[in-house]
Amino acid sequence: MSADSLRIALVGNPNCGKTALFNLLTGGRQKVANYAGVTIERKEGRFVAPSGRVLQILDLPGAYSFDAVSPDERITRDVLEGNYPGEAPPDLIVCVADATNLRLHLRFVLEVKRLGRPVVLALNMMDAARRRGITVDVPELSRRLGLPVVETIAVRRGGAQALIGQVDGDVPPAAAAQPDDPASRADLHAQVRALLAATVVMPRATDRLDDALDRWTLHPVFGLAILAVVMFLVFQAVYSIGKPMTDAIGDGFGWLGSHLAAWLPAGPLQGLVTDGLCGGLGTVLGFLPEILVLFLFILTLEESGYLPRAAFLLDRLMVSVGLTGRSFIPLLSSFACAIPGIMGTRSITDPRDRLATILVAPLMTCSARLPVYALLIGAFIPAHRVAGVFNLQGLVLFALYAAGIAGAMLVGWVMKRLRRDQGEHALLMELPSYRLPKARDVAIGLYERGMIFLKRLTGVILALTVLMWALSSFPAPPAGASGPAINYSIAGYLGHGFAHLFKPIGFNWQMSLALIPAFAARETAVAALATVYAVGGEGALGPALSSHIPLASALSLLVWFAYAPQCMSTLAVIKRETDSWRNVAISFSYMFVLAYAASFLTYQIASALA
Amino acid sequence: MRLSDLPKGSPAVVDRVDDAHAGDPIAQRLRDLGFVDGEPVRVVACGPLGADPLLIQIGSTRFALRRGEAARVHLKAEAA
Repeated sequence: MSADSLRIALVGNPNCGKTALFNLLTGGRQKVANYAGVTIERKEGRFVAPSGRVLQILDLPGAYSFDAVSPDERITRDVLEGNYPGEAPPDLIVCVADATNLRLHLRFVLEVKRLGRPVVLALNMMDAARRRGITVDVPELSRRLGLPVVETIAVRRGGAQALIGQVDGDVPPAAAAQPDDPASRADLHAQVRALLAATVVMPRATDRLDDALDRWTLHPVFGLAILAVVMFLVFQAVYSIGKPMTDAIGDGFGWLGSHLAAWLPAGPLQGLVTDGLCGGLGTVLGFLPEILVLFLFILTLEESGYLPRAAFLLDRLMVSVGLTGRSFIPLLSSFACAIPGIMGTRSITDPRDRLATILVAPLMTCSARLPVYALLIGAFIPAHRVAGVFNLQGLVLFALYAAGIAGAMLVGWVMKRLRRDQGEHALLMELPSYRLPKARDVAIGLYERGMIFLKRLTGVILALTVLMWALSSFPAPPAGASGPAINYSIAGYLGHGFAHLFKPIGFNWQMSLALIPAFAARETAVAALATVYAVGGEGALGPALSSHIPLASALSLLVWFAYAPQCMSTLAVIKRETDSWRNVAISFSYMFVLAYAASFLTYQIASALA
Repeated sequence: MRLSDLPKGSPAVVDRVDDAHAGDPIAQRLRDLGFVDGEPVRVVACGPLGADPLLIQIGSTRFALRRGEAARVHLKAEAA
């Protein structure tokens, strides 16, 4: 250890306010990465103490114990023991405990102490403890534990002064390391009880406010109603705030492209800049507003403590299709866009449940499918009244949403049967106290999500978008060619080739060709169909389609879009979040098979009935 | 009596946690979370479908346990 730099590891139970404390200490000076080979976040920050000493703070994953049943707890243990490859052991461990929940958290403090390294205990959430009349005899607790103990309030400015003063001073001596065996482990609870009896006065085991709120939010009827209202508001916000911004970004790049086109000589370079780069950037950055709005709500719900309540209400339902209660919010987000949905699965701690959720998330009907649905339904489905009340077009749209959900349930159920790991995976979920979310913590979380998307995904997606553009543009049509240019391109050849593959499900070569750019972004299928049928303006496209495409083929195409492996941005995010090409391959293959089978049935049945 | 059979709201005391199979990690986790001999517990709420999962108050903490998880926790006879 050098004299002017100190490596500090922050550890604690989940929900101890550790990350809020980390944010308070380091502010925006954080580096977020992943531990090698796993998708568990490694967060490190720097802080300059009043003495001028640089403190490097590592925010380790939350842990209940060192039994290490979960991968993130194993990382926490290995780093603290100095056994994690490439990670130097910390000079000082700051163990964070929630002062209102010491019965649970002190046990972990004792486990950390047994490692035989210098430890400081931070009693966090002292404001909540005082409000509830909980008193802690800090000097006595410190004496009995043999550790320095400081009080912190992570959600208040200056709430870490005592901790800063402590870690800026001399490193406290380490307790003697103790062997980790079942007998001494069982003894930890007895030690906790003795500590609590001697140092903590707790007038009431629970917070009255939590009790009152939980009576409503967990009620079998009102709880579900509250959940429905919350979700309704989130979706309203995504469509009324996020969607216009997404459209504005797309239009902005379109405008930029058309102006750049005026400056550039006509030719491949102009096409690359206007259609490839500007079009691609418009598509990719267009995801950002919806992602940020969704995560604003998800982070707020997470910080407030409501998210585990939602998981509690829906766990049974999700388990019946091979998922978990915690899958619900990511899946719901996927109705806006699968990308934030898949990124949101980080709140699922169990790796198997998380992967299952990631694999079914793209089946939720995302907002990018709507333009395609709207075009095809408008062109092919008459606006009849059914049973006097329902509009047939609306019914078909509803059926497509339902088909996505039914498909996800089916896939979840099949995965549950097929997977190698048939063991019982626990829910065992703590429902923390309700808290008012802090703007700083939400803002930092939002910034991190936004940067993950921009830094690590934009490049991949943009490259693929440009590739799709190149496929659709080269080679240029020969002189005197009469058909649309895309017909002569590589995509045109591929489209003719794919037409054989897609003939059994009723697609002609024009439809097969439109699937190629649609792989970059579904909504471009509309523009691609307009190009191959050489119609100007989307208004004329509907009638043109209905005169060229039989109804059975159109229905088949609708079903195809409900299940098909799209878009490539989703596949890129699956690669990014699971760090595995195998999962991308599984995801692509099963959706292709599902889409092909469903479209085949739709086409054959519709043709037979026609 | 098992924790999964405890009626909502009635107080009880933990006796022990049984392994469902050898080296059961869920049972070990329950013990780590404080489901140990002599600890008072209470069922606070039940999920809306099939009364599953259960919300358990133990000490100052609330845990959601599925019925299969709660069935591992045995309660003291006199408290039931």
